[in-house]
Formats: sequence, structure tokens, C-alpha cells
Amino acid sequence: MSDTRNETVSVVERTHSVAASGPVIAAHFLGKTAVFALAEEAIVLAEPTGEPKTVAVHGGAILAVTANDNAILTGGDDGKVITTNAKGQSRDVATDPKHRWIDRVALGPDGAIAWSAGKSVFVQAKELRTFETPSTAGGLAFLPKGFRLAIAHYNGATLWFPNAPQAEPERLEWKGSHLGVIVHPDGRFLVTSMQEPMLHGWRLMDHQHMRMSGYASRVTSLAWTAGGRFLATSGANQIILWPFHSKEGPMGKQPKILAPSEHKVEAVACHPKQDIVAAGYTDGMVLLVRVDDGAEILAKRPGGAPVTALAWNADGSLLAFGTENGEAGIVNLA
Amino acid sequence: MPEEEVQEKVPVTVLTGYLGAGKTTLLNRILSEQHGKKYAVIVNEFGEIGIDNDIVVGADEEVFEMNNGCICCTVRGDLVRILDGLMRRKGKFDAIILETTGLADPAPVAQTFFIDENIGRKTRLDAVVTVADAKWLNDRLKDAPEAKNQIAFADVILINKIDLVTPEELSEVEARIRGINPYAKVHKTQRAKIELDQVLGRNAFDLDRILDIEPNFLGADDHDHHHHDHGHDHDHHHDHDHKPAHSHGGLKHYHDEDMQSISLRTDKPLNPDKFFPWVQELVQKEGPSILRCKGILSFKGDDERFVFQGVHMILDGDHQRPWKDGEKRNSRIVFIGRNLPGKAIAEGFESCVA
Repeated sequence: MSDTRNETVSVVERTHSVAASGPVIAAHFLGKTAVFALAEEAIVLAEPTGEPKTVAVHGGAILAVTANDNAILTGGDDGKVITTNAKGQSRDVATDPKHRWIDRVALGPDGAIAWSAGKSVFVQAKELRTFETPSTAGGLAFLPKGFRLAIAHYNGATLWFPNAPQAEPERLEWKGSHLGVIVHPDGRFLVTSMQEPMLHGWRLMDHQHMRMSGYASRVTSLAWTAGGRFLATSGANQIILWPFHSKEGPMGKQPKILAPSEHKVEAVACHPKQDIVAAGYTDGMVLLVRVDDGAEILAKRPGGAPVTALAWNADGSLLAFGTENGEAGIVNLA
Repeated sequence: MPEEEVQEKVPVTVLTGYLGAGKTTLLNRILSEQHGKKYAVIVNEFGEIGIDNDIVVGADEEVFEMNNGCICCTVRGDLVRILDGLMRRKGKFDAIILETTGLADPAPVAQTFFIDENIGRKTRLDAVVTVADAKWLNDRLKDAPEAKNQIAFADVILINKIDLVTPEELSEVEARIRGINPYAKVHKTQRAKIELDQVLGRNAFDLDRILDIEPNFLGADDHDHHHHDHGHDHDHHHDHDHKPAHSHGGLKHYHDEDMQSISLRTDKPLNPDKFFPWVQELVQKEGPSILRCKGILSFKGDDERFVFQGVHMILDGDHQRPWKDGEKRNSRIVFIGRNLPGKAIAEGFESCVA
């Protein structure tokens, strides 16, 4: 195992550097425009070539970020929920009446927007709906089918139908603090990341539990490979991939372990079409790793701060990365 | 740990104290002083504090158990979230002050810093500062376990509102505090008036500063002998008022009924292969009763001092520095907790001698 990876095939020279002016906490693509969310106040829009454009969106820290094809959605400690499009035009979706921190955000079908502030969860679709969780919402994610929001919290997760206030929310129970949630693309599985260095999953059909443990640290980055075959995760000195192609999910199976390093994987992002995972490490390195055989391509050399954000564009021809000290770039793989 | 890494971490001061003791007064004093510093303040109730430049966040005190089979591994979940968020604004403030509610147990707060890696990487617990009401603390120690926890856990204690008690009452309350926690720095204040450097920047959880684990209230009196027999020779049917108080240099000295400290020392080098399994097992078994522990250790054949500290079941330790020429290679450990089996702990410690 060598962290220098001198022999590794490299695409580093195809990088267009973007000066981000602050720690990058998330990256997304709106078409061919890369969007980097900074820890405070601003987002940076950058084309694969050309000068980046900084847009101030929040009055303080940016706490939560997600995106769909049209817009990036951010929540801040100023109590605001804001969407911004590829042209840099922002729109206030909501301001928390008590100016509480917006802890989590999610985007759903037909432009539905969800956010949470403490125990209060909001969904803005045709109408604004609210829901109170038993404890602070740790993660939000829409299910692919039906208009349903998964909310992670202490001791499990809740599935809520915002448009059916009379329907009893479905409870998924597992002791501990669940800080993030992700739903399988076909809606069969729900996985939470926990305060402990582990994931917990449920098969939604029958609430069968799936424990995914063995991590060195808290898992903060999760992504489905193309078609949801694997769940790629951070939290170890390798990329950990849990198999989800069978109807049992990862139950009774070992994860695939790729791209070992002396440094931890901090961020993962999956190629939209092929079984390729981009992994960002705490030493600043970014690798593209093929799931089938573990073949590696170097996309960013080690050095600098931990890689905290990674994103692919829709056809997988561009990869954006950002680091904790404001280094960012777009790698053109076309 | 390299010095610069310690420097980079944002210090977090925890203010505790039973209802009405004067926490908010102290907080306001810290914030209004002309110190040129900016603070991020985590509070439970908005509105009582006047702040211009500082960042204020509301907390929920959501305590939950870790899913690791350890019932005393409780963490403040809201704190994980708030500190994560505040770190996004790193550089906008110099320190974080966390005010807990009057009924809060400081342990989950402290454990959050040990258990959450992201938080431990970017922030450090500076000290637990407890404000005690000179007039009412004695009563609270009898009827409120939270108040006793806050005293036992503290690094710094302000006996506040001393203008409302007689000198006799004051020395009584001080002796009560010492009976529970002889290791904290105690200050006597009116309206929480105190030099800020006495409550901020204390580095009380810095392994490098664990050295002051000597009780500092009885001057030259060797405290060890009071503690060797703890846990078995107390008459637990007595209440406080009937308990024997003895006198050292004019100060009354109490042994609290259920909360004690145990201080042990040996000049014989220890065997690490005996010590670590012993201390691990001890905190596994007695973790719920051990609020805090600290130690400086001399291992056989090891020219470096080993220092450790712990909160309930969580232990944190490291080699600190080489023993100095002429420095006495003593091993010292201290436990503060409830109904500790003093004899068994003393014997266990003795058995770790190499």
C-alpha cells in the first residue's frame, strides 16, 4: 500500500482549479455548472472553464446543502432556506419564524422542498406541511415513490406522508442517535448513519434490520453506485461498499473494500452510469475507483486539506472536488 | 500532541450550577467585560443575556445513550449538531461558552468531547465551571443529586452570593464542597465577580495539565490517609448534620455521605500490563459511579510520564514528557465518584506495582 500512488494512472492535469475563498462543505452540478457550497455565507458557481462566480446566500454558516438538476438548496444558521439556480439567482423558500438554525434540507419529487429546525420538520409542496419529531431531526430524505419523507432522529427513523396528516407515520426503531438518512433508489431500503461509527439499515417491506459496522469513525458521506447496486461510504481508510443488489441487501454479506490508504476517506461520490466511485481522503487525495476490480485513477494528488466535497455531473464527464481549506476544482474526464 | 494542534482547537467552557446560583450572572459578566474577545454562547434560554457581537445558539439538552452497551456513555446530541454548525464559522469567535440548565449533569457534555471525533478534532473542553449558591448549596446537596454532580465534576467552583451568609456559614459550605471535590479551584464571589482568567482558558482537560491533582485545600496536610479506607467505614445511615466533622488548620473537614474522592500514590514503578487491564476493568465495572478520574503514572523501564483522565467509562491517556532529572517518579491517581469501593480500588492499584 502506498499513499503516494506514483504509478497510478492520473487525470490530474485535466483539472480546472477554482478558488473557493473558504472551506467547501458540498459540491453539486447544475448542468455543466459546478456549485460549491462554502461553510459560510456563499456558494461558488463555476463552469468547466472560466472564472468562478461567488453568490452570497446566507447571513452566517451554511449548515445543510442538497441539489437537483435545476437548483441547489441551502439551509443556514440565519434560519433561511434558499434555492439558487445555475445563473446564481437565489430565492428565499422560507425563513424560520424563530430564526432557528436550519439543520437539514432535502429535495423531493415535483420540486418539493423539506427542511428541519430542531424537532420541527417542514415540507413545502403545494402547501406548507409541518411535523414534529420526538427528538431533533438528524437527517431528511424523500422516498422515490409516493410523497413520503424519511426523517432520522434519536432511536430510529420516521416515515411521514406530508399530504396525509391523518395517516399514522411509520416508525423504524433502533437505539442510538441517527444523524443522516439515505433511501435506496428503488425505495426498498433505508439506511441511517449513526453517532457511533456504524450504519443502520431497514428493509422497508418488513422492517428487517441491517447492521453495518466496523468503521474507524463516524460515517459522514454516503452515495449509491449506479442503479443502487452498492452503497459507497466514508468513515474508514478504504472505500467501504455494501452490496444492495439482492433483495436481502447486505444482510449476511461482507462489504467490498477498495482503495486502501493510510488516510481516511472523507467524501464519496458515485459515477451516475458506471460502477465507479470517486473518493476524497483526509490527506487531500481524490481517487476514481472501479468497483469491479478496484482499478484506480488519480484525480487529485495528496496534499492540502481533507477533501470534503465531491460531485459528478449527470453524464459522468465532470467531477468537482472541494477541500476544507477552500481548494476546489473541476476534473474534465470527457 | 503537537502544541499548534492544541492551540488551533476552540476552547469550550461549560458553566453549570443549580437553579438560581448565578450562572447567568457569570455569563453576562464574561460577555460584558472589555476583553476584546468574541464568544459563541450556547444557552438554553434566550433573552436573559445581553449580547452585541457574540453568536448565541439555543440548545435542547438532548441526552442520549450511545449504542455501545455502556449505560453511562451518554452524549449531548444537540451539542454534536451545534458544535458541528459553529465550526463552520471557525475564526469568527475565540471561544465557546456553554451554559447548561440548573438540573443538567455535566458528564454527557464532557463525554461528547471524548466520543465525537469531529468535535474532538476541532474543539476542546477547557473546564467545567460550577456556580454554587453560598446560602442554599448545603440544602441542595441533600435534596438534589444534580447539584452534587455539578460540584463533584467541577474544575472551578464559584461560591457565589457570599454577602448573604455569615463567615461561619461560608466556611461550612466550603468544607462541604471540599468533602466532595478537593481538587477544584474554589473562588468566593459576590454577584459572580471574578477575574475572567480564573474561569476561562483553564486547560483543565488538557492531559498536559493534569499535574495538579493534589488536593489544594489543606495546605501541607497529606490527604492520602483520609481516603484509603473510603467506601466501607462510613456510616451510611447518618445524615449530613450528624456526620463527624474534623478540623485541619481551622477548616472543618467533611466526608460527604455518598460522593467521595480517592487519592492513591505509590513510589514503586507500575507494570503497564497490569495497570491498563486493571483500570479498564475498574471503569467498566464502576463507570457509572466514577464521575472523573485522573492520574500521572510511572511505568517500569519507561522514562516518560504517562498521564490519563476519564469521565465515567471513557478513558483518555498518553505519554506526556520525559521524567525530569531529580523528579520523584511517583504514580498518583485520583477518583471522584459515588460510593466508590475504596479498599478494592486501593488494593487493585497496589497490585499494579511492577
